[in-house]
Amino acid sequence: MAFTNEQLERYSRHIILKEVGAKGQKKLLNAKVLIIGAGGLGSPVALYLAAAGVGTIGIADADDVDLSNLQRQVIHTTKDVGTPKVESAKKTMEEINPDVKVITYHTFVTSENILDLIKDYDFIIDGTDNFPAKFLINDACVMAKKPFSHAGIIRFQGQLMTYVPGKGPCYRCVFRNPPPKDAVPTCKQAGVIGAMGGVIGSLQAMEAIKYILGQGNLLTGYLLTYNALKMEFRKVKLPSNTDNCPICGKHPTITKLIDYEQAECDGVHL
Amino acid sequence: MADFIIDDIVDITDVVCPTTFVKAKVALEELDDGQILSVKMNDGEPVQNVPRSIKEEGHQILKLIDNEDGTYNLIVKKVGD
Repeated sequence: MAFTNEQLERYSRHIILKEVGAKGQKKLLNAKVLIIGAGGLGSPVALYLAAAGVGTIGIADADDVDLSNLQRQVIHTTKDVGTPKVESAKKTMEEINPDVKVITYHTFVTSENILDLIKDYDFIIDGTDNFPAKFLINDACVMAKKPFSHAGIIRFQGQLMTYVPGKGPCYRCVFRNPPPKDAVPTCKQAGVIGAMGGVIGSLQAMEAIKYILGQGNLLTGYLLTYNALKMEFRKVKLPSNTDNCPICGKHPTITKLIDYEQAECDGVHL
Repeated sequence: MADFIIDDIVDITDVVCPTTFVKAKVALEELDDGQILSVKMNDGEPVQNVPRSIKEEGHQILKLIDNEDGTYNLIVKKVGD
């Protein structure tokens, strides 16, 4: 595939980088990334991956845009309120970069559909707001041997980690089971500062891009936490022994996907 | 008398900075180590900057030929993969 002059200009700041070059930009254009959740995290991920020229981007979300989303979900606009988030996101992404093919999945992700959803993608982004979805994405990615970026945000705090099969612990190695229902407030109850999605989601986009390019070090084996009020990032080293993990360990006890029950007030994407 | 054999040519007179260098860089990436690229560029800014940027990438500049029509052909030997 040869670049058009327009593509050379669009991606010039990438191609000039020795870590990217024409080869790297072609890798991005040939890459397929699935974003689960078109909310606070999914918005910046979708915007940056589309701008970067990631050739195929899937985006899954069952919700419609709500007025209360717009404080942080920057891919949607006021006139999109009431329309499916996946459609609103697709429109914005295509306006940014017509090179990108956006595939929408207007559905909740469940144990029934997740393996089918992720199977054609190179990298998965967890941009969900609830523990059942986070454990489901982890377990499905481990089973299907797919790399993914986990992230979570609440109030003035955020965290993320990257899972690559065989390259370190999974989310369940670190957090064995979901917390009891209602033990942890959702962002609907607790609130979240809008720019937090921008900080953490942009880091997820960066991880996806580095994975596609095969450049630099990924956040595998580490959990990065960010406290905005203290203005502190911490890169916490995770235990490297994954043998006893019930999903990615030597003798997995979880052999099929689980739909954990959601807290009553869940269902709004961060 | 040619002291080199040109493997590929690229015309960067139809684009402006920084796409000039980008287009030349992309053409160089397509070549193998030791192959020769001829880059046609305009006088002025491109001829000032593009050869230097290519040199900084580690490639070898063999010759700059003045076409005497306001354009130059820069002959570059690719170094490395």
